[in-house]
Amino acid sequence: MTVVEENRTPGDELADTPGATGRAHSHGAGTVPDASRAARRTSFEVADFAVPTGREEEWRFSPFARIKALFEVAAAESAPALEVSAPEGVEVRSGSLEEVGAGTGFVPGDRVAAAAWQAGGQAHLVRIPAEAELDEPVLLTLRGTGGATSGHLVVDAGRHSRATVVLDHVGSGTHRGGVEVRAGDGAQLTFVTLQEWDSGAVQVSQQDVLVGRDATVKHFAVTLGGDVVRLSTNVRYAAPGGDAQCLGLYFSDAGQHLEHRLFVDHEATHCKSYVEYKGALQGETARSVWIGDVLIRAAAEGTETYELNRNLVLTDGARADSVPNLEIETGEIVGAGHASATGRFDDEQLFYLQSRGLAEADARRLVVRGFFADILQRIGVPAVQERLLATIETELETTMPAAAGATVPAAGSSTMPAPAGGQQTDAEKAEEN
Amino acid sequence: MATLEIRDLHVSVEADGGSKEILRGVDLTIRSGETHAIMGPNGSGKSTLAYSIAGHPKYEVTGGSVTLDGEDVLEMSVDERARAGLFLAMQYPVEVPGVTVSNFLRTAKTAIDGEAPKLRTWVKDVRSAMEGLRMDASFAERNVNEGFSGGEKKRHEILQMELLRPKFAILDETDSGLDVDALKVVSEGVNRVRQGNDVGMLLITHYTRILRYITPDFVHVFVDGKVAEQGGPELADALEESGYDRFLTPAAG
Repeated sequence: MTVVEENRTPGDELADTPGATGRAHSHGAGTVPDASRAARRTSFEVADFAVPTGREEEWRFSPFARIKALFEVAAAESAPALEVSAPEGVEVRSGSLEEVGAGTGFVPGDRVAAAAWQAGGQAHLVRIPAEAELDEPVLLTLRGTGGATSGHLVVDAGRHSRATVVLDHVGSGTHRGGVEVRAGDGAQLTFVTLQEWDSGAVQVSQQDVLVGRDATVKHFAVTLGGDVVRLSTNVRYAAPGGDAQCLGLYFSDAGQHLEHRLFVDHEATHCKSYVEYKGALQGETARSVWIGDVLIRAAAEGTETYELNRNLVLTDGARADSVPNLEIETGEIVGAGHASATGRFDDEQLFYLQSRGLAEADARRLVVRGFFADILQRIGVPAVQERLLATIETELETTMPAAAGATVPAAGSSTMPAPAGGQQTDAEKAEEN
Repeated sequence: MATLEIRDLHVSVEADGGSKEILRGVDLTIRSGETHAIMGPNGSGKSTLAYSIAGHPKYEVTGGSVTLDGEDVLEMSVDERARAGLFLAMQYPVEVPGVTVSNFLRTAKTAIDGEAPKLRTWVKDVRSAMEGLRMDASFAERNVNEGFSGGEKKRHEILQMELLRPKFAILDETDSGLDVDALKVVSEGVNRVRQGNDVGMLLITHYTRILRYITPDFVHVFVDGKVAEQGGPELADALEESGYDRFLTPAAG
C-alpha cells in the first residue's frame, strides 16, 4: 500500500518518551482544542452543551447539515423497536431510564447524547447474571421505520459472567442511541454493535463502556450502512486490572459519512487498552473519520495501551481522516503507542494480481478480503462474520459495476498513472514507552 | 508446440509530460522448449520488453505486434494474457496484506485453469515445489510478499511459475540481489520447470552469472531498445569477457 495521507506532527515522536511525562501531544489539532481531553464536558443536561456551530473540534469533521436536527430534544418522535433473542437466564426489560437503572455507567458527552437522554423514550436493559456463562450470543435488533427515534440500552454483565451481546441497527430513519455497557468484576464481555442501516439513515450514538476490576471487554463496531453514522465510544475503568479492546471495521461508499470516535480514559492502575479500526473506502465522496483519543491520567500507573487505524482507499475521490491522540500524564506505564496509515489499492497491486490470472473485480475482492480478514475473525460470532463478509462483497460488486465489467487498460493505453515502483512502504508510526 | 512472436515492437512511456520511446523495433521469436537470454546494459529496455508483453499499463505500445500462436496478445487485458499462458516473474513483486501464500496460489491456479485444482494433488504439488525451492512449510501461511526477504520474493515468484505452468515465462532479473546459494536454488527451480514442461522462457538479466546455472539456447544483446546482436550461449561468454562496452560506442564494430 502506498500511503496517501497521514496525520503526523513533526517532532512529536519525542513527546511520549518517558522523560516527557506530563506533556500532551495531539495530531491534526483543529480550531481550539481542549487543553486536555479530560476537560471535555459531560452532562445529563442538554442546556450544558451549546448548540454546536460545526467548527468545534468534536464536530468539525461531521456533515453538519445532515445531523443538526439531532441537537434538539424534540427531534425524537418515538422509540425504536427492539427485537430480542436471548438465551435462558438473561434478563431483558424495558422501561424508563430510571426503571432500567441507566446512568451509572454513562454520561452524555455531547449535545446529541444529552438531547437523546432528555428525550427519554424507551430504555432497555439486558442483564447477564453473575457467573453465568452463555454459550449463545444475545441478539438485539434495533429496527428503524423511517421516523426520528431516541433510545437507550443498558448491558449489564454480572461479575465473572461470560457473554456476547450483538446489537444490530437496521432499517431507516434518524436515530440517537445511547448504549451503556457495564462489565462487573472479572466479567468477560463481548459487545458487538453493527450499523447495517438502509441508505438514507442517520445515526449519532454514544456508547460508554465501564470495565470492572479484572474484567475483559471487547467492544466491536462494524459500520457498513446508513448515510451518516457517527459513533462515539468511551471506555472507563471502574477498578484496576481491566482490559478493553475496541475493534472496528467500516466500509464507506459514495455519499456515506462514517465516523468513529474513541476515547479511552485510563485512571485506574494496571489496566490495558487496545484499539484497532480498519476501514475501506470507495467512490466519489465516500468519507470516513476516525478519532482515537487515549488519556493516561497521572494515577494510571502500569497502563498498557496501543491504538491503530488503517484505511484502504479503493478509488479516487474518497477521503479518510485519521487522528490518533495520545495524552500521557505519568511515565510509570508499561507501554503506549499508536499508529495510523492510509493506503490505497494501487495500480501495482492490481497489475500483480491480474498478471496471475485474476480479473480486476476478483483482484479487488481478494485485497479487500485480505485487508479485513483478520479483524473480522475477531468478532468471534461465525454467523455474524459470514454475513458481514457477504455484505462487504456485495457492496464491492453493486457499487463498482465499472470495476466488475470493465476490461483493464493494458499496454496500449496510457490513461493510468505511472506505477509507483518500490513504494509499498506502509509507513506508520509507533511509539513505545 | 507454441510460439510467441514479437514483431517490430515499439513502446513508449510517459515521462516528464512527454512521451519517450524505449523499445525501437524489437523482433523476437520464442518457441516452446527454448530458453532465450536477453542481456543488456541498464536502460536498454529489457524490463520494458518484459512488462509490455505482460501488459503493464505504464507502457504504451505505439507499433508492432505480439502474438501467441497467432492470437493478438496486445488486445488482451493483463489477466487474459495470464490465462492465455504468459507468466512474468517480477523483480519487485508487491505485498498483498492479509492474503496468505497458500490462498493466493490456489486463487491464481483457479483463475488460470478456469477451475479449482483437485485438492489432494494440489496440496502435494505445492509441498513438493516448496521443498524443491527449500522453502519452509510455514511459508505458505505468510502473507504474500509481506516481510519477505529479496531471496524469498524470488523463490515465491519461481514457485508460482512452477505451479501455474505457463506456456511462456518471462523472468525479469530474477538473479538480481541473490547470493550464490539462493541463485543456485532459484536456478534449479527454473531448470525443473524447463525439464518438466515444454515451456518457452525469456530470461532477462544484466549479469552473465545466472547463465552458469541456466544454459540458454539463444542469447540476445539488447542495446538502445532493440536487439543489437544475437547468438548462442557463447555470446554470453564473450560478454563476460568484454562487457557491454563495444555495443555502447557507436563508432565501434
